[in-house]
Amino acid sequence: MRHLPYSLLIGGALSSIFLAAALISFLWVPHDVTDLVIANRLQPAGGEFLLGTDQFGRDLLSMLMVGARTSIAVALVAVGIGIGLGVPLGLAAAANRGSLLDEVIMRGNDLIFAFPSLVIAILITAVFGPSAVNAILAIGIFNIPVFARVARGGALSLWTLDYILAARTAGKGKVRISAEHILPNIANLLIVQATIQFSLGILAEAALSYVGLGAQPPTPSWGRMLAEAQTMIYTHPMLAILPGVTIVLMVLGLNLMGDGLRDVLDPRLRRART
Amino acid sequence: MIEIDRLSLAIHDTPILRDVSLQIQEGEIFGLVGESGSGKSMTALALMQLLPHGAEAEGSARLDGTDLLTKTEAEMCALRGNDLGMIFQEPMTALNPVQTIGDQVSETLMIHGAGTKPEAQAIARDRLNRVGLSHIGMESYPHELSGGQRQRVCIAAAIALHPRLLIADEPTTALDVTTQAQILDLLKGLVAEENMSLLLITHDLAVVADMADRIAVMQTGEIVEQGASQTVLREQRHPYTQALFEASSHQPDREDHAEKEPLLQVQNVIRTYPGRREGLFQRGDPVRAVDGVSFELHSGESLGLVGESGCGKSTLTRAILGLDPIQGGEIKAFGQPVGPDMPNALRSGIQVVFQDPYGSFNPRWRVEHLVAEPFHLMPTPPMGDERRDRVAEALKAVQLSPDDMQKFPHEFSGGQRQRIAIARALITHPDIIVLDEAVSALDVSVRARILDLLADLQTRMKLSYLFISHDLTVVHAITDRVLVMQAGKIVETGDTETVFTAPQHPYTQTLLAAAPKLEVA
Amino acid sequence: MLRYVLSRFLSLTLSLIAASLVIFLVIEVIPGDPAAFMLGLNATPETVAALRAELGLDGGLVERYLAWVGGMVTGDFGTSYTYRVPVSELILDRLWVSLPLAIYALTLSTLLAFPIGLIAAATRGTVTDYGIMGGTQLGIAVPNFWFAMLLVLIFAVNLRWFSAGGFPGWEEPGAAIKALTLPAIALALPQASILARVMRSAVLDTLAQDYIRTARAKGLSRRQAVLRHALKNALIPVLTIIGLQFSFLLAGAIIIENVFFLPGLGRLIFQGITQRDLIVVESVTMLLVFAVILVTFLVDIAYAAVDPRLRRR
Repeated sequence: MRHLPYSLLIGGALSSIFLAAALISFLWVPHDVTDLVIANRLQPAGGEFLLGTDQFGRDLLSMLMVGARTSIAVALVAVGIGIGLGVPLGLAAAANRGSLLDEVIMRGNDLIFAFPSLVIAILITAVFGPSAVNAILAIGIFNIPVFARVARGGALSLWTLDYILAARTAGKGKVRISAEHILPNIANLLIVQATIQFSLGILAEAALSYVGLGAQPPTPSWGRMLAEAQTMIYTHPMLAILPGVTIVLMVLGLNLMGDGLRDVLDPRLRRART
Repeated sequence: MIEIDRLSLAIHDTPILRDVSLQIQEGEIFGLVGESGSGKSMTALALMQLLPHGAEAEGSARLDGTDLLTKTEAEMCALRGNDLGMIFQEPMTALNPVQTIGDQVSETLMIHGAGTKPEAQAIARDRLNRVGLSHIGMESYPHELSGGQRQRVCIAAAIALHPRLLIADEPTTALDVTTQAQILDLLKGLVAEENMSLLLITHDLAVVADMADRIAVMQTGEIVEQGASQTVLREQRHPYTQALFEASSHQPDREDHAEKEPLLQVQNVIRTYPGRREGLFQRGDPVRAVDGVSFELHSGESLGLVGESGCGKSTLTRAILGLDPIQGGEIKAFGQPVGPDMPNALRSGIQVVFQDPYGSFNPRWRVEHLVAEPFHLMPTPPMGDERRDRVAEALKAVQLSPDDMQKFPHEFSGGQRQRIAIARALITHPDIIVLDEAVSALDVSVRARILDLLADLQTRMKLSYLFISHDLTVVHAITDRVLVMQAGKIVETGDTETVFTAPQHPYTQTLLAAAPKLEVA
Repeated sequence: MLRYVLSRFLSLTLSLIAASLVIFLVIEVIPGDPAAFMLGLNATPETVAALRAELGLDGGLVERYLAWVGGMVTGDFGTSYTYRVPVSELILDRLWVSLPLAIYALTLSTLLAFPIGLIAAATRGTVTDYGIMGGTQLGIAVPNFWFAMLLVLIFAVNLRWFSAGGFPGWEEPGAAIKALTLPAIALALPQASILARVMRSAVLDTLAQDYIRTARAKGLSRRQAVLRHALKNALIPVLTIIGLQFSFLLAGAIIIENVFFLPGLGRLIFQGITQRDLIVVESVTMLLVFAVILVTFLVDIAYAAVDPRLRRR
């Protein structure tokens, strides 16, 4: 067994820590994050509050743990939307290369690309008001063309291969070939893209929450913690530094994992190695 | 002039070359022959000192007495393009796509300080004329040229400074046979006129037989035999030379089973493609890739279809397999119409073997699953043990072991994969097998064994073959009748022997004349 | 070449039409009655009716859409309900902050990324390469608005080299550029990290191409082969990323303006949202989307300048 790349190990470990923190927060957190105890406001780190408290007396460690939950949930569902809608569209476009369907799907993709996820969020929020669901929708919609392109690109190169022709001479239709031959062979591309979009989703969720277009109070989120810390930055910089470092580590972990997965899964690299 | 002495080479401690010694004289053509992996290209790259990362060479390679292996990178840069020129196999990718051909040829001159830019451009123009591109502008980009023209540009750039030695690494392997003949002619002429030596590297014994003064035969990193080409080819002292020679002109034992009953009837078939998309709503004129083709394939017959790339033979193949619709005429197999909507039962009667032994299989499937895929065509596909038995039977028929069933395709060599592809084609007991360049990607010795297998299967299973290839030797060896295709049309039909000995159509005559022949004086 | 430009231009126009339809649908159709939406729950039927008349909502949908698009083409973006001034005036004002900021950031990011990417490619597999790759990995992971807060903390609060926010206007160009410097750096860093990585892999990809081997066989040194052949070919994927980045930059700018209290389009749009001023939101969104589509068009044209294979089409 060849040893796994370090980037995969480190990235996997970092991501697992945050995932674990998010899961544990469902069962237990050091302090209740909905308790606003003014007497406990702005406590230093150490002692009863491991990382200190904010200006409303909430425990920062607990906030970060519950915030991980929000971040991961939003990013995960948004990736799900992207894969669930984007991959079938991409596969269909590739299977009917050059057809009207292909053209329509690709033009639709281009159109969505013209709306950065923040702009989608602005549009949705302007009409429906801000919420975490809107953040999910905004990021998820932007993910659709990303996955559609990756799926189409990977599928197009496979459709020219002889084993697809062989499957067609075995009487198999486009849907069946896409499911049996194409999808398993682009799965590695999709997995790598999923980790990238997952980390971008975390960043986007933080940004949306920071400007008030994402999760609403009292739901803790890393982006909102940063927004609330902004006025305190002159006196209590740690309030801003802690959530920021958390985001950086989480995203770094996911990106390293993506890089490592690419090294392990990319058949081109594998062939070069043997 | 060139003297390679006991050259050994290892890449990351894997030995590639062992004690390679050869000399190339002033003004001679030296042929280096061998199958893939024999180390012939590495020998050339060692001369140029363009070895891949991690390569370590021992021994010496001298140019006029000075050892190239001990030269610094700067000294080698001064030599490359100046005293030593080199061209490669794949002309489609060998040129920078975003630079004009004039700039790419004159670059050789500029880099070696052979003049000002206008002077270099003038010389480049002259060299392009010399390689037969006087009708092509200096401002052309590579994508505007054909493969043969691009290879000529590469040659012009390599000979711009009149090098002492030109190394040509499989220079014609990617080209059609008529283009190959022209390029080889050009190289021969250059050697004669410019007092240049040529190191011609090829897998094709017939090419060196035509061209080289002396040849060396390589096998797994060693030169097994070398000498004057006629002597080497006539005497064949080393068993490997003998084997290579036999395989190159291999004629499998075949019996004539052809009956008059037509299995496949192709009548006036026309296949057009919509033109290139030139805008959101515009398309260019449709392209007629197959233009009124008619022929019949008889029961038990082996029918060849030869033609150069782009002649429409692949398009025709896809239509015969019922993969693409046709725009005119009709195709019938066993009396029933063939097309994208043909019933599965009919489909199972025509199976196919493709060229690329690497792209022919889903890399994630095991051999059992791969070979059994055409069972999809049967109303009740065999399951479980029955399926395994059928797959085992097909594997045995192609001389593989039933145990191979549990392996993945990457565990097999190119020849073995082609056997698996044949097993897959046999699994539904079809009557017709379409062989689409089925042996073109294989080394000659492997190719000879696959041809034997095909001949044997035909006898035992009463198969009819439609054998599509650009390789005249192979078609000659394995077919009873042959169709010659040019620009979408069949230009000549007849018994293979007759067509090959007395071709009627001018195109067939050109093709046959262009094909290098392995004849020993 | 002309044909290619025309076909790209046609595609630009179609994208703009499609995008305007989407925005129109979301802002003016989905809420039901935009006038009632803008006035909130306490509005009397009379005020709603007055606003409807003012916004021209009494016409049919098609008529309203055409009027909106026609207005924008002639520079009339409607009148802001809250500011009571033409939206075009508001936008023009704010554009003088947002556009220079975006260009400043894009320039910084490109200037940083090109040499860094090239150095990493040239030193592939060495400590320098690993260092650069690690650094860019970190750069990608940093949210730009948080990085902006850190910059404020370090350079404004502690070192007092820059002010923490605000914009003095272009009457004093020096001060204006200074005020945009920290925001531009905050925007540029993550983009530069991505671009440097793309640059590195694009150069490495082209170095593996056959024509590099041909160039070396002609006597070019490794360095000459990179400069004369690899760079221009590597530009093709790099251009794609620069184009894509523009939309991220734009989105990022909206947020960064909030950190630095810059009176740009981002601030305008957020004020529009909180005040339910749909006219402002609609027009500014359209303008942002227009910018993205325009940049895509320009990148397509730049492709053709680099790649002769496209020019023929």
